[in-house]
Formats: sequence, C-alpha cells, structure tokens
Amino acid sequence: MGAVSVKAEALASRLAGLALPAGMTAARETALARLSAMGLPGKRDEYWHYTDPAALNAVQAKPAALADTGAALFAGLDAVKLVFVDGVFDAATSDDLALSGVSLSRLATAPAGHWAQTAYGALESAGQSPIARPWAALNTAFASDGLLIHVTGKAAKPVSVIYLRRDDAADVVLHHVIKLDAGAEFTLLEQGPAAARLNHVIEVDLAQGARFHHIRAQGRDLGRHAVTHIFAHLGAEALFKSFTLTADGALTRNEAVITFAGPDAKAHVAGAAMGDGAFHHDDTVFVTHAAERCESRQVFKKVLKHGAVGVFQGKILVKKGAQKTDGYQISQALLLDDDSQFLAKPELEIYADDVKCSHGSTSGAIDDTALFYLRSRGVPLRAAQSLLILAFLADTIAEIEDETIAEDIGAQLEIWLARHES
Amino acid sequence: MLEIKNLHVKLEEEDKQILKGVTLSIGAGEVHAIMGPNGSGKSTLSYVLSGRDGYTVTDGSATLDGADLLVMEPEVRAAQGLFLAFQYPVEIPGVGNMTFLRTALNAQRKTRGEPEISAGDFLKLVREKAKGLKIDADMLKRPVNVGFSGGEKKRNEILQMAMLEPKMCILDETDSGLDVDAMKLVSEGVNALRSAGRSFLVITHYQRLLDHIKPDVVHIMAAGRIIKTGGPELALEVENNGYADLLAEVL
Repeated sequence: MGAVSVKAEALASRLAGLALPAGMTAARETALARLSAMGLPGKRDEYWHYTDPAALNAVQAKPAALADTGAALFAGLDAVKLVFVDGVFDAATSDDLALSGVSLSRLATAPAGHWAQTAYGALESAGQSPIARPWAALNTAFASDGLLIHVTGKAAKPVSVIYLRRDDAADVVLHHVIKLDAGAEFTLLEQGPAAARLNHVIEVDLAQGARFHHIRAQGRDLGRHAVTHIFAHLGAEALFKSFTLTADGALTRNEAVITFAGPDAKAHVAGAAMGDGAFHHDDTVFVTHAAERCESRQVFKKVLKHGAVGVFQGKILVKKGAQKTDGYQISQALLLDDDSQFLAKPELEIYADDVKCSHGSTSGAIDDTALFYLRSRGVPLRAAQSLLILAFLADTIAEIEDETIAEDIGAQLEIWLARHES
Repeated sequence: MLEIKNLHVKLEEEDKQILKGVTLSIGAGEVHAIMGPNGSGKSTLSYVLSGRDGYTVTDGSATLDGADLLVMEPEVRAAQGLFLAFQYPVEIPGVGNMTFLRTALNAQRKTRGEPEISAGDFLKLVREKAKGLKIDADMLKRPVNVGFSGGEKKRNEILQMAMLEPKMCILDETDSGLDVDAMKLVSEGVNALRSAGRSFLVITHYQRLLDHIKPDVVHIMAAGRIIKTGGPELALEVENNGYADLLAEVL
C-alpha cells in the first residue's frame, strides 16, 4: 500500500460521519477538496518527522481530564471578554459583541453576505504552498465556531478570549478571521484549556500600517492535544507580533505561517514553553519575505524536564527581489535533566543578494557556574534554579510590548516553576 | 573566626590531591593574605570554603565561629557570613543586578530568620553603597556582570560584599585584571569594610594589592600547603626574590 493511499485512508476514517457545518459553504467545500488531495500527515512526512500526528489522526479524541487551570490571566486588563465553552461561543458569560472601531461576529451565526465570506479560508489556502498543512484545511472545512473580527480603526481595548471546557472528550475545531484595515490597531488575547483535542486556525490580514498584537496562553491542562495555525499576511509597514506561552499539554503543535506582501513591515513571533513529563511541544514557523525591507524575528525557548520533548522547525524564505530583508531566528532549550530532548531544524532559503539573515539554536543544562554564584550569595538552590530558568525565558517575554501583560505572563511562569519544583 | 585544620582536598573527577594539609587560623578583625605560585591550591581553598561542587575533602576541618562549614550548603555558608569575591565574576544574562542583590540579601535574611528589607530601604542602601564604588544607576540596572569591564565586575563584587555585610570575606585574586586606578577604588571599598568584627582572607599573586589592603599576616602557599607565615614583610620578600628561595628553604 503506497503512502498516498495510507494518507487517504486515514483521512477517510477521520472524516467518517462528519458533515460540513452550515455557512461559508463555498470556502468549506474547496477546503475539503484541498484536504482530500493532501490526505492526513503521517510520520513519513518530513514536516512531521519530529512530531507524531497519530493522536491528531485518531478517529476519537483521547479524553483528557480537566486540570485545575488556576486563576484567569489578564484579569486586571480592561478588555472585551469573550468565552467559548467546549468550542461554542457562550453569550451568557461573554461581554456583548461590541467594541468601538471593531466589527465582531461569530462564525457559527454569520449570515449570507457577511464580509468574512471572501476572507474565510483565503490565507489558509494561500499558506498551503509550498508546504501542505492538512490540519489547517480540515479546520477551514469543519470549524464549528470562531470569531470574525474586522478592525476599521484603533480598537478601544483588547479582545480577551477565554476557552473553557466541560467535556473531558471535547474535540473542537475553532477558526478566527481577523482583518485590519489600513492603520488599524488591535490586540487579541487568548487563554484556557479549550478542548481535549483542539484544532485552531487564526487568519490575520493586515493592510498597510496596521498593527496587530497577539498574546496566547496555552496552559496547565496536561492531557491536551492541540494543533494550531496562525496565517498572517502583512501589507506595507504593517506590524504583527505574536507571543505564545505553553505550559504542559500532551501534544501541542503551533504553526505560524507569515507572509510579507508589502515593504517595510515587521513580524515577530515568540514562544515560551515549559513541559514536565509527557509533554511534546512543536513550534513550526514559516516566514516568507516577498517584499523589500521587512523584518522578521523568531524567538522560541523551551524548558524541558522528565522526558519532555521540544521541537522547533523554523524557516525563513527570502524571495527574489526581497532586498534589505532582516531575518532573525533563535531557538533554545534548557534541558533540566538527561531524559529530555530538543529537536531543532532551522532553515534559511534566500534568493535575494542584499539581505541580513541569521539563526541560532542551542540546548543545554542550567549553567553550574551561575548556579554556584547565586548560591554563594545566599540564594537557596531551588530559588537560584528558578531565577536562572526565568532569566532564560526573559528574551521571549521581552517580545511582549504591554508591560501589564508581560508581568501576567511572567507570573504564570513562576507559578509553573513552583508547581514543578521536584 | 575562621579555623582551618589539616585540610586535605582532592579534585572529584581527577582523583588529584590539591590541598595537602592546610592549617590556618584567622581571628576576628584580622586581615590575612595568601600568596603563592600558580597551581599551589589558593583558588581551590577559596572554592572549598565557599562550597563549590567538584571537590572532595579527604581529611581535616574548616569552621566558622565554631560551626562546621564543610557540611553546609553554599547558601547556608553565605547566610552564616562567609563571602567569596570571585576571581572571575559570573555573567548572568536575564537577571538584573538590582534583582540579584535584593534576592540575595533577602534570602540571607530569611535563612537567618530576619524580616525582608523593604523596597525603599533597599534602594537607599544600594545607592549609598554604590556611590562609594562609583557604580552608576546604569550598572545597577544591567544584567549581572553582562558587558561589564574587568574593573566593573570587581567593583560589583565589592558592592555585593558591602550589601551583604559578611563577617568572613575571601578575596580571590581581586587584583587580577585591574588597572592602578581600579585597584585603588576596589581597595578603598574593601578598607571601608574593615572592622573589629570582620575578617579578610586576601588571595593574590602580587604584593601590589597588599600596599592598598594592608594585611596583619601573610602566608605563602605552595604545593597544597602553607609553607611559611609571617608579617607584611614576607610579601615584600616575595616581591623582591620570587618564590624560588622560599620553596628551596622548605623542600
């Protein structure tokens, strides 16, 4: 049996009994056609070499017990709070879908003729080349809910999305479409366990000079399996900044697919991940520079212990003519014991001759000399280790512009370290 | 204050004996200097006393005010009043100097069962101590020792000493990498801390530093032992004649 038929069969059994949800029909049907041509990923796919997609391919989501996920983040922030429970928007516990400078609506209830009809799945579809991303196509076809956000000016405050779940076997497909007009500004915050198995797509289309900030906290639900994609398309002078904190989770694959379509734009993606034990975390980033003088920056750090596995696949593709590109990529892992591992595949592919691109990747243990230095000044072993772990992750937090949010994230790191001292 | 008796130490990994019976007694308020050629075991002595990994004590003892130092974790030794000024102060990216100082100070206070210092009192204290060492606000804000010059690193060590107020200070080649002006500044910082209740063990290759920090007692160390003890004049003798004569005398 050939690889293609294996993938097709895996897909057929995965989709058996599933029907396309209502609305966005044309986009869903073309996404399903794309997906059918691709099949589901397998271990033989180079793009899935370090991360086994079996749990994502399985017909049934593996139930994951609900963990105590602690107090909500960003509580001190004035934001529009929107709640999803088991993947469905919960109007009762959410604020009104109203925000000055922003049009907010739900995917599940978008009427015919909605502005997102042409946007839904468009960046996902464009992001299928040169590398196929079957989970994203599946998401566009089967997403049951999500937010459709059109920002026309400077949003008065951030939108803070909280994902809750009640069902231990919740198998959720969520899809947000975000469109910023020229000069618009918007911040999206996300947190919460969402689902036992989550497939999440965010499409972000930034017109000239638009500024988008995204801060996401994936956390503390140990059995979670998740695959997420962010597709970002940047016009001239646009700014895209995305930070993800991942604490725990059985399997998390976060993909970011970023394309510079206009000159002088900036995109920064950063992630801090912490795993203890049965933890597999994969950051996969693909940045395409197709315009001049754009700056991309990838900063990913992982703290791993007790057999946790970290993966980083980061690519910077500089197309012909994308002169004066400034591309930077760093991926680092702090291995707290000999059982943990970090697998990194940094890639640069450059077809322009006047560019500045650099990448680095390291993995190592806590610096013994620094540890002794701190202890010799009276700092106890555990506190000294925590201080050095936080220092290791500091570069990623520094990518968050808002100080209150950065402090909140920093506090989460400290809580995690306190819970995982031994 | 510090009593070292017949201390034998070997390197854990190489099974190599470094200290072969060091005996040393430093009284309260005294300043002792240890001089000696490279590889004599001077730095090993400072590391063993402060609790660094990688060394095995095979015989002998070391006590601070009667308490057995060698069984204590490094942080407990620090809280008991032992301080090592490093020959090569360590850079710690991501940890601000101020955070470092406050964390260390409060950790020691906590270990001793004392209340934490308030943010306001801490700031006042740091500013006062930093001023004397010509450490500016920028140096205090930067990550610990990152991008510091050799002189700045050593001044930062003395600042930590001034903040933590230890009773037994070990200075491991604090003069290395310092120009004349920096050495003067560092020495003044050390001298300002001299008091009846505080003792110093100054490890150095050169007599130069001892012009600034005047010792009460000078020891010569070679091949893992103290081979001669005398007054300040012993340092001058080394400066003029080198170690060869002294080594010949003993061996």
